Amino acid sequence: MKTGAKILVEGLQREGVEIIFGYPGGVVLPIYDELYESSLRHILVRHEQAAAHAADGYARASGRVGVCLATSGPGACNLVTGIATAYMDSVPIVALTGQVPTNLLGNDAFQEADITGITMPITKHNYLVKKTAELGRIIKEAFFIARTGRPGPVLIDLPKDVSTTAVDETKAFPKEITLRGYKPTVTGHAKQITKAVELIQNAERPIIYAGGGVISSDASAELVEFAECMGIPVTTTLMGLSCIPCDHPLNLGMLGMHGTEYANFAITESDLLIAIGVRFDDRVTGKVQTFAPHAVIIHIDVDPAEIGKNKKVDVPIVGDARSILQAMIAQLNRCSGREKWLERIRHWKNKHPLRYKEDGCLRPQFIIQQLSNLLKGEGIIVSEVGQNQMWTAQYYCFRKPRSWLTSGGLGTMGYGFPASMGAHFARPDETVFDIAGDGSFQMNIQELGTVAHYRIPVKVAILNNMYLGMVRQWQELFYDRRYSYTELPSIDFAKIAAAYGVDGMRVESCDEVVPALTAAIETDGPFVIDFRIEREENVFPMVPAGAAINEMIGGHPR
Amino acid sequence: MKAHTLSVLVENKAGVLSRVAGLFSRRGFNIESLAVGTCEEPTMSRMTIVVFADDAQIEQVQKQLNKLIDVIKVSDITDIETVDRELALIKVNAEPGTGRSEVMQIAGIFRAQIVDVGAKTLVLEVTGDTVKIDALEKLLRQYGVKELLRTGKIAMLRGAKTVKSEK
Repeated sequence: MKTGAKILVEGLQREGVEIIFGYPGGVVLPIYDELYESSLRHILVRHEQAAAHAADGYARASGRVGVCLATSGPGACNLVTGIATAYMDSVPIVALTGQVPTNLLGNDAFQEADITGITMPITKHNYLVKKTAELGRIIKEAFFIARTGRPGPVLIDLPKDVSTTAVDETKAFPKEITLRGYKPTVTGHAKQITKAVELIQNAERPIIYAGGGVISSDASAELVEFAECMGIPVTTTLMGLSCIPCDHPLNLGMLGMHGTEYANFAITESDLLIAIGVRFDDRVTGKVQTFAPHAVIIHIDVDPAEIGKNKKVDVPIVGDARSILQAMIAQLNRCSGREKWLERIRHWKNKHPLRYKEDGCLRPQFIIQQLSNLLKGEGIIVSEVGQNQMWTAQYYCFRKPRSWLTSGGLGTMGYGFPASMGAHFARPDETVFDIAGDGSFQMNIQELGTVAHYRIPVKVAILNNMYLGMVRQWQELFYDRRYSYTELPSIDFAKIAAAYGVDGMRVESCDEVVPALTAAIETDGPFVIDFRIEREENVFPMVPAGAAINEMIGGHPR
Repeated sequence: MKAHTLSVLVENKAGVLSRVAGLFSRRGFNIESLAVGTCEEPTMSRMTIVVFADDAQIEQVQKQLNKLIDVIKVSDITDIETVDRELALIKVNAEPGTGRSEVMQIAGIFRAQIVDVGAKTLVLEVTGDTVKIDALEKLLRQYGVKELLRTGKIAMLRGAKTVKSEK
């Protein structure tokens, strides 16, 4: 006979789980008791939200399913932001929550919350386990659902008595699972692929618009091969950054609200848009009617619901990006250049580069460029949300997929620091940097306790402007500089780090930047750098909300 | 914009209705009516959902429904020949001498059953397509409808064809 708790731990290990991020509590005591002598590693975070983000960071950095665990009620509710973050960015995590015993369900018992109800709109699927006999099957299904098709979070809610009840161990795990309502499409439709290849071969001004789907399907190599053979420039979304090396001649960087001018110009003038693993988000398209107005659109995505959701598509192809790109490459009978189009793009690139004021003041773009030079595209860069995120997206030179983790869809401040802990456990040999703002860092600053406790060697670069910078930027530009509740007092982050036993320093001038970053990289343990940057530096260029993407402010005169 | 009829096969499990209803409300889709019950296969239920939507919206509705793990099959049967029925119970004022016999005549014309006779009211049970029930309701309004219950539409394909899971 085996208890539910034992089946859970064994089930996780059968799925290849090596590490979980969690926080104990009343109804998960039987599970924690099982973990006490298990080889399954558990990292005790300081807030359940961090457990969810760490599982997410682990999943994005490794391509495997991340796992977090929390108790019922408040513990489960604290996971919600992390689960929603993973849902919006299609990240495979399995969230385990304790629940009050089945006989108390629905009674408003102590620490009871209807977490399956609460998370219904932010999970790919969720389960309330009513009988221990179902648990083995549910674990198997949950991991299968999380990692296949369009990946996403799955939650399993475990009442305490389900964990303590024992069942016949020979029946604990089914050999196979069948989900008759879940059959994701992997292979693209052959006719559609042929049609797409024909269009691509005949287009004069094609452009690839690549997103997070390229990263999650591990299709980066195929994407670059395809683009090179056909001579097609590539622009990426925030989520797609790192799918093509930043210094690749065909790379146009990010498009959209804070994208490069040349990416947005190229989209606007293109005659064929090849959208891969993207969802035509409003931060990308601006005014959607004027997005790629002259282009025939091919849309490749694993989720059929994304096709035609925001923009009408001419050639939809549903399936896994990697398998479809491979099929398309196989059909190319010749490689070809598009000199005139690429020449036009080179002209834009030369005339409209990203730029910032180089006047000796400590500016965030300079710091990110220095870090990029020092790490040479190695390492894993994680960001918080806001200006820090956009500057990193614009100025860090990404060279390898899964080296850039950021909360794109939900835009969760406080994501970066715990996600970088997860990234470290996924790839312990890599240097992991969290690029933070002073606002974002304070949203999960308690995780200094976790990194100190386990000596997790993540480095935090705080771009400290004593503002909620992105909101302040909008107030400056669109609200007549009325800085309503966006100014933050000065915090001595190095001192806070020191109190937790974490090394840190403050940097106030450009010449201290490289030595500080080097010190952080060379330190074995965690490290916090408090960069006191120009307070009112803005992220430019910028497409105002609702404008066409070629109408940018803060760019070069055309 | 028009009314679309979706026939949806779902797992017969707790919480499925709430997943479907939640999806409609959070994506801003308008449910005109929803009828759900067991079907020929005991592990499944069949829902008939009437949605008011344009072509792009109804495509999204179907795609989003298909994404739910517990949804097995979604079919838009709006433009297919179907038998569709709903049932209504109508409690109408019908005092002896002031309209009772007229109400009974109307019931007869509509083949509605009188299933309860009170001192001042009659309860009519009627089945039919939406148009028929609308018409009866409109006629009875002039006598004073005290209570009205409609089940929502159920619909079935005519002929040998069925809406079935091909999996």
